[in-house]
Amino acid sequence: MSDPVLSLQDVTLSLRGNAGTVEILHGISLEVAAGETVGLIGPSGSGKSSLLMVMGGLERATSGQVSALGHDLTALDEDALARFRRDHMGVVFQSFHLIPTMTALENVATPLELAGHQDAFDQAQDMLSRVGLGHRADHYPAQMSGGEQQRTALARALAPKPGILLADEPTGNLDGSNGAAIMDLLMGLSAEHGATLVLVTHATDLAARCDRVVRLRDGRVDSSQQGMRAAG
Amino acid sequence: MSLATAARLARRELRGGLRGFRIFLACLALGVAAIAGVGSVRSAIEAGLADQGAILLGGDAQAEFTYRFANKEERAWLDSVADRVSEVTDFRSMVVVTRDGVTERGLTQVKSVDGAYPLLGDIILDPEMPLDLALVDQGAVMAPVLADRLGLVTGDTFRLGTQTFTLRATITSEPDDAGDGFGLGPRTIVTTEDLQGSGLLSAGSLFETQYRMDLPAGTDLTQLADEARARFEASGLSWRDARNGAPGIAQFVDRLGRFLVLVGLSGLAVGGIGVSAAVRAYLARKTSVIATLRTLGATRDVIFLTYFIQIGVLSLVGIVLGLVLGASVPLLFAPLISDALPMPAVFTLYAGPLWEAALYGVLTALLFTLWPLARAEDVRAATLFRDALDTSRTLPAGRYLVATAVLLAGLVGVAAVFSGNPALTLWTAAGLLGALILLVVAAALIRSLARRTRAAAHGRPALRWALGAIGSPRENASAVVLSLGLGLSVLAAIGQIDGNLRSAIERDLPDVAPSYFFVDIQRDQMPGYLERLENDPAVSRIDSAPMLRGIITRINGRPAAETAGTHWVLQGDRGVTYAAQPDERTTVTSGAWWPEDYSGPPQVSFAAEEGAEMGLKLGDEITINILGRDITAEITSFREVDFSTAGIGFILTMNPSALAGAPHTFISTVYAEEAAEAQILRDLAGSYPNITAIRVRDAIDRVSDLLAGIGEAVRWGAAATLVTGFLVLIGAAAAGEGARTYESAVLKTLGAERARILKSFALRSALLGGGAGLVALAAGVAGGWAVMTFVMETSFAIIWTNAAAVILGGILATLAAGMIFAWRPLATRPARVLRARE
Repeated sequence: MSDPVLSLQDVTLSLRGNAGTVEILHGISLEVAAGETVGLIGPSGSGKSSLLMVMGGLERATSGQVSALGHDLTALDEDALARFRRDHMGVVFQSFHLIPTMTALENVATPLELAGHQDAFDQAQDMLSRVGLGHRADHYPAQMSGGEQQRTALARALAPKPGILLADEPTGNLDGSNGAAIMDLLMGLSAEHGATLVLVTHATDLAARCDRVVRLRDGRVDSSQQGMRAAG
Repeated sequence: MSLATAARLARRELRGGLRGFRIFLACLALGVAAIAGVGSVRSAIEAGLADQGAILLGGDAQAEFTYRFANKEERAWLDSVADRVSEVTDFRSMVVVTRDGVTERGLTQVKSVDGAYPLLGDIILDPEMPLDLALVDQGAVMAPVLADRLGLVTGDTFRLGTQTFTLRATITSEPDDAGDGFGLGPRTIVTTEDLQGSGLLSAGSLFETQYRMDLPAGTDLTQLADEARARFEASGLSWRDARNGAPGIAQFVDRLGRFLVLVGLSGLAVGGIGVSAAVRAYLARKTSVIATLRTLGATRDVIFLTYFIQIGVLSLVGIVLGLVLGASVPLLFAPLISDALPMPAVFTLYAGPLWEAALYGVLTALLFTLWPLARAEDVRAATLFRDALDTSRTLPAGRYLVATAVLLAGLVGVAAVFSGNPALTLWTAAGLLGALILLVVAAALIRSLARRTRAAAHGRPALRWALGAIGSPRENASAVVLSLGLGLSVLAAIGQIDGNLRSAIERDLPDVAPSYFFVDIQRDQMPGYLERLENDPAVSRIDSAPMLRGIITRINGRPAAETAGTHWVLQGDRGVTYAAQPDERTTVTSGAWWPEDYSGPPQVSFAAEEGAEMGLKLGDEITINILGRDITAEITSFREVDFSTAGIGFILTMNPSALAGAPHTFISTVYAEEAAEAQILRDLAGSYPNITAIRVRDAIDRVSDLLAGIGEAVRWGAAATLVTGFLVLIGAAAAGEGARTYESAVLKTLGAERARILKSFALRSALLGGGAGLVALAAGVAGGWAVMTFVMETSFAIIWTNAAAVILGGILATLAAGMIFAWRPLATRPARVLRARE
């Protein structure tokens, strides 16, 4: 295995809530190689989405080491983490998380603008066209269907050509055909960009399309096996 | 049945407590408290004036005559009805001090008294001594401000007219001072007896004589007043009694109080916007509950009543809080307020102003919650399966529109009744409504402009996000522009009116006004007086006219009030002059002036504008009581009289023969270069000691001081509006906190640093605040212009310092409110926020 793009060493995550502290992740160690696609599966509450958040620096690990592209994410402050995501990471969520006050084009252009691209809007328009929404550029999220919103979110995540793409159940809120179309786009575009993809999903058939499938149970890695793509 | 069901449902929902209603309650409570507070203070002063009426008046009752003493018959009647009578004269004069060959003069309001004065209360002097002891042997007491100005100390001498007096003490407290109203000069008190040789109380001089009475216990004041008026009103007697001891102050306090309540109403209108926004936000949160209830079979009426009851209960809580606050603050601060007030006040709990404030609170709450409540019944069961924000219908059902119109008319009607000035109320309501409409349109324009211009902000993400947020329906931009804008509009209008009024009086008026008014010039003094001035190259203009004073008692044979109501021309006595021919500055607007040698029945030329206001026309007969004698004259012409330049202006000009034989003096205005003013005064006052000079600049300063005080009171009233506006801003910012937290989380995920997000939040606040400030300025300037042009009939210029303050205030207020609620969005980890929405 080449140098890992993502590396987690003995990561734990505890969250304090109204009902007391909840242990979410229990000493997870995992490495993801450059260009690899990894499917994270497991039952609800197994910690897969939390693990993805920790990988993206969106959640700070309680203990352990998290590094991405050689950067120790646990040592970075909030703003440094934001800059790291801006330059290296794209994230796609189940609920799309488009900014409701921005049009599709503006949503996609935002990470490019943050990175200081002068042609942010041209690139964003290109990317929207790539996901089949060139004609919906001026529409607000509320004016689009779920599938269209997720395609916009995918365009936004991939527009800056990130080295790492994190996707948290991207088809969870979509029907079968829309979900399949999104998965095709996700796999195709990440492969085209040579991005490393970590995909959280409930669906074993979707996870199987990845190089490797990691199964979580109760906040621990239960198993890790080759996916269909690697096998095929 | 639906009411009982709705009440049960409402009670269950209210178990959630008042969370989310803090701003709602604060807005309503503050608005109601401001009105209740102003009303309570006004009632306290009115009670104080009523309580101290006799002392303020100087007796249980007072009969006043204009520049004459009571005749024998009148005096005999006064003595017959009262246990004791005290005669007091009041007039303006000059205190003249000659020291080391240098003469100084100061305008003073002289009160000359007899041995019975004061009938009630005590004059407190410094050094302490009885008044009669201080006044014996040409003694005098004086207001300390005048003594200081003229460098007089106890034992020094000064002249009044030709009479020399010795200053024995300064006046610390004068019980009947407030009853005399607005005086241009500080007080000097001497005995009437000592003035006999001064030449100041000669025939035709301008003085008033007051007979204060100590009445037997149990005297029926109403009956006595009626009897006095029946007997002597035709002879020019003016009657006052202890029930209204200081009518000038009482009227001033009443008017200012009522006006401040109107200013308070604008605060309540601003609060109404906050109330409306809070109810909308609450109902938006309840959409799924409403949709569920609809699914379970709740009718539209049940839904409306369920939330109407909830909001009604909360409104009552807010109103009661406001009443408690408005009633208790004046009580708590009573000692401080009493010290600051120049008149007596009795602080206690007054029900009247509390009822008034409660009524305003109920009407405002109904008015501003009806539309959002009406929207609640439009929520359909299907909403559960769609986006909660269904904005398909913007107007509520017709019955709610009718109810809104009725409530609005009710609110304006109630305000008109309580203010006692329907015209002012209607103008204020129209101004507020106009400002609201302007602000609604402006809010829509600002949002549209933000949407259109954000494309130009490509490459400046913080600005583009800010513009995007302002343009979006979710950012509450309208509530911010409306609430802050309305508060700032009121402040801007007041600032522009106050600034222009003061500028007109302090800067413009001295340019057109005369330097001096000289009064009480005797006929035989006129040639010498004119000779001194006409030979002075520094004098550009002298206007002189005979001056008498008279009261219009009847119009066409009927009491004047029946024709002209309470017009100011009928309030007290007015200057009357005579002229054979109109001078070159007089413009006759209708009718014809009498022939130069006319000696027929009396004719009068009346001021055109005032005549029209009083409903007078050519051929009407008016009866004027001058020096106790009735003169009935026919109006044969109307002419333009311009009072705005502070020059000589008479409402009534008669033909000379009509006033033949009436003793009178002359009044004169002198327009001179400022540098020459002092010498003119020295020469004229030296030659004619009886003449009183009123320096117009000093009078302007007095009026400016008075205006500054009124301006201050009004600004405090407007501040309550602004505080309410700020509360609404905080409410809007609090309501938007969730959306900003989410936006911040997404932006952080996409790589935005906190500083950049903060910049965007600050930018949207500043842009909205600046926008609201600009619109408020436009509304304030329009209001100020309208008042100055149509009411004050003077020129208007934008006061730029006030304008800048309004815009800056708008920006700072929204920034402050926005930044208070920026901390959480910036501090929260993205994962928590985003996961919560999954």
